[in-house]
Parts: sequence; C-alpha cells; structure tokens
Amino acid sequence: MEYGLDLEYIFNEFLKGFGLSSEIAHIIWIPLPMLLVLFAAVVGVLVTVWLERKISAAAQQRIGPEYAGALGVLQPIADGLKLLVKEDIIPAKADGILFTAGPILVLVPVILSWLIVPFGQNLLISNVGIGIFLWIALSSIQPIGLLMSGYASNNKYSLLGGLRAAAQSISYEIPLALSVLAIVLMTNSLSTIDIVNQQSGAGILSWNIWRQPVGFIVFWICALAECERLPFDLPEAEEELVAGYQTEYAGMKFALFYLGSYINLILSALLVSILYLGGWGFPIPVELIAKFLNLPINAPFIQVLTASIGIVMTVLKAYLLVFIAILLRWTTPRVRIDQLLDLGWKFLLPISLANLLITAGLKLAFPQFFGG
Amino acid sequence: MSIAITTQIICFTILSLVILIGALGVVLLESIVYSAFLLGGVFMSVAGLYLLLNASFVAAAQVLVYVGAVNVLIIFAIMLVNKKEDLKPINDIKSRRIISTSICLTLLSLLIRVDLTNVWSLSSPQNSIGEESTIRIGEHLFSDYLLPFEVASVLLLMAMIGAIVLARRDVMSKDISTGLPVDQELLEKPSEQLLTNKN
Repeated sequence: MEYGLDLEYIFNEFLKGFGLSSEIAHIIWIPLPMLLVLFAAVVGVLVTVWLERKISAAAQQRIGPEYAGALGVLQPIADGLKLLVKEDIIPAKADGILFTAGPILVLVPVILSWLIVPFGQNLLISNVGIGIFLWIALSSIQPIGLLMSGYASNNKYSLLGGLRAAAQSISYEIPLALSVLAIVLMTNSLSTIDIVNQQSGAGILSWNIWRQPVGFIVFWICALAECERLPFDLPEAEEELVAGYQTEYAGMKFALFYLGSYINLILSALLVSILYLGGWGFPIPVELIAKFLNLPINAPFIQVLTASIGIVMTVLKAYLLVFIAILLRWTTPRVRIDQLLDLGWKFLLPISLANLLITAGLKLAFPQFFGG
Repeated sequence: MSIAITTQIICFTILSLVILIGALGVVLLESIVYSAFLLGGVFMSVAGLYLLLNASFVAAAQVLVYVGAVNVLIIFAIMLVNKKEDLKPINDIKSRRIISTSICLTLLSLLIRVDLTNVWSLSSPQNSIGEESTIRIGEHLFSDYLLPFEVASVLLLMAMIGAIVLARRDVMSKDISTGLPVDQELLEKPSEQLLTNKN
C-alpha cells in the first residue's frame, strides 16, 4: 500500500537541482508543513466559529451574523481582530508570570498534537512511531495550564474553574485512552497512518465504526468532555462560575484560550474520523475507481485524485463531527459536576474496559476481521 | 560537525540547564505552588532527554504519567488545601539545614562515584532500536519483568483501597484497637443533612 505523493522527496530533489546539499534542503523543508498545518488549523477555527454562530442562530430561530461579508463569513475575522487590538490586562493582585504562562501551556500542546494528523498517505508532518499515544500524552499537559491560569488569576471563580477542568480531564482521559487502545489492538500499531490503512480494505464497510461501535461512542463523549464543550462545559459554566478560569483574561490571552478550545475541537473531530471513520479513505475504495477508469494505481492523474479526495474526505468527516458537536452544544443542557464524574468513572470506564476485553477476545477468535 | 549533531548538543545543553535550575528551584523556592509547577517543567525536560536518546515511547509515557497524572495531582492537592497560613518559625533551622545539606552531598558523592566507576558504553548494536522500542518494552513487561509489573499493580491496588478507606471514614464506625464506636467528625458532612438543616 505504499503509494501516494511524496512532496518532501520532490521538494528536496527540486532544491538539489539548484546545487544545495540534502541537509540544507531538509532544513528548508521542515518549517513548510508545520506552517501549512498551523495555517490550516487557524482557518479551521475561523470556519468553526462562523459555523457555531450560524448554527446557534438557526437553533434559536435568529439570523446570526449577516453584515460582515456574504452570510457573515468575515465575522470570525472581525472577532479575531477585535481581540488582537484589545488592551492586555493583568489584574493587580494576580501572579504575572503564571498568568501569562497559563494560556500558552493550554495552546501549545494542542497545536503540537497536529503533528500526527494525516490528510493522506504522505500528507502529515511526521509519521512518528508512537503516533496516537503522543496525542494522549500531550493532551494530558493541558490541565496544568488550566490550573495555572485558574490559580494565578487570584479569583475564586477562576480557581474553581481550573480545579473542575483538571478533575474533568483526568477522569475522561482514562476511558479515552482505553478506547484508543482497543483500536491499537486491532491495528497492531500506534501510527495514525497504519490505523487508516488498516481501515481502507473495503471502503465504508471496513471502517472501524462497525467493529468498534461502543468505542466510537465512548471516544466521542470523552473527546467532547476533554474539549469542554457544552454538555460538559462545567469549567466555564457561565451561570455559576462567570467564565471559570477565563474570568480575568482579556485581549490576546483570552484569544489564546478561545483558539485553543476550537483547535482542540477540530483536532478531536479529525481524530475521531481517523480512528473510526476511515481517515482519508473514500467510501468506495480508490482501487475500484482506478480500475473503473482503466488507469494503473500509480498514474499521475490517479495520484493527484487520491490526494485531493483524501484531503476533502478528512475535512468533510471532521466537519460533519464538528457540526454534530455544535448542534449538541446548542440543544443539550449542562450536566452537574457529580453527574459528570459519575458518568466518567462509573459508566464510561467500566464500559471501555469491557470493550477492550471483548476486542481482545474477538481478535483471538476472528483474526481476519479484528486484525491478526 | 554536521547540523544534526550540533542541534543535538544545543538541545542537550538547554534541557540539562532547565533540569538543574528547575530542580534547584523546586527545592529552594518558598512558594509551594511555584515548586509544583517547576516540578512539571523538570519532568518535561526529562522527557526531552529521553527523546534525544531516541526513546520516544518512554518520553511520551514520562509526559503522560509524571506530568499528566503525578504533577497534576500534586498541584490539585496543593490548591485544594491551600490555606493562606504562614509556616511556624523553627528554632534550630540552621542546624537542620546543615544536616540536610550534608546528607544530600553524601548522596551526590555516591552518585558521582557510580557515574565514574560504571562502564557506560554499550558495545552491541542494540542501542539503536528506535521506533521498535515500544514492542521490546511490551515483550519485556510480559516475560522477564512480569513479576515486578504485577507487584507494582498490587501496590497500586493497596494504595487505592487505603485512599478509599481514608476518604470514606463513615464506613468505619468502630475503633480498630478497642472495638468501641467512635465519632469520626467528618470534615465534609453529607449533603442531605445540610439541605435538611437549611429547610
């Protein structure tokens, strides 16, 4: 299954044509995919913010943003510019260093996790061997940033919000990791590329969602809880805690939290589509399309077609999930903190453990369906 | 010197400096909150050192366990019990500091001796397994290191039961040694009682 465009190789050969050594070419190459992915993440946030405004308006029978661009598509940019030029305030009694470091510690791990998101066979920043485990490890850093900003704000609402955020993300990380483990068990690999390739056998029929329906639901609930989206947005519950750990923040520091939470939402949607919905795979296998068009799988046309379909499919699946998340946010009430912790520890944790055990048993019983 | 080696040396220097300064800060700073956050930074830098040694799985596990679980719980505990209360001044603080410094220096000299006498270089090509290390660690955990692995899980189970007993003192209504019923004076009263008191 080693096909697909290798842009890095082409780019390096192109630079070597100018007489540069391969090391220099590699150094010039390294920042390019990172910047591209950062750009994609920020554009993704703008699109998601617009969707959130429009869908929430539709859910509440309003029109929503209308005047900034056609259908208000420029509204998120206006929001961003407003936050960018606002005054940066550090409260007098706050702890300046921790207050500034908090938002950074929240945002950086989320952006780093994009390292492992593949948009195609070779379309990712780095195919690290530990793949999905890197994301689990990185997402566990976030609560430190939340606790830090909650503490540094010197405000009891902030502190409560930070403590709630940490408690929530600790309790939901375990079922999340266990449901990922069931997928890894079926794939025999932690790499996201291998996880998608293992689902690409028979198009839509071989997606993991059919083999891991329980894991899919557990993962999605936990991902929403990790993103602090509305059924689980206790850390920033407006009616009780003003805005939780964000209460004292303004301007660009607040924007970092905002950006972090939306990038995290898109990242979670992308990871659900990679783990359970076949990643960049088209519902019909590409090999069949190539056979139908009477072209070999290595033909340049098919290569470009595969890569474009891959990107479109990944983004489409991710945004379908983002749509569901937004709809959930504007139609469901918030759970109480004890209900949240009960759900995490007494329901999701046993269910994901049983799911892991059953997956292991099925893998031994039917190795051809559950990965040998 | 190639670019890769230079980058490695720069990364190693920065990481070691962060570890040394951070660890000193953890011990010497007055504010316990700062110490806890610095401890997280030290754990992260140790993960960075593992990454430099091509042990990416160990590095990720270090971040997950030490930063994501241990350090978050330490900070959590500090913030839950953070009473704004000055520590009592200790009379013989100077002699205590001298004793603790001398103990630490003895331990340090022991470590330095181990470092100087041990032969560190590995002759076999085993030290370059890289990405395969995840599989190797798994194999070792379920073969020759199975007993320590299981014993560690028993230890964790004991700690968990102990924590539950400490947290739910209402289930233990008898004194263990005398067998007489004792008033546990719960720190946190059951919520129903509070509600009935209000009405």
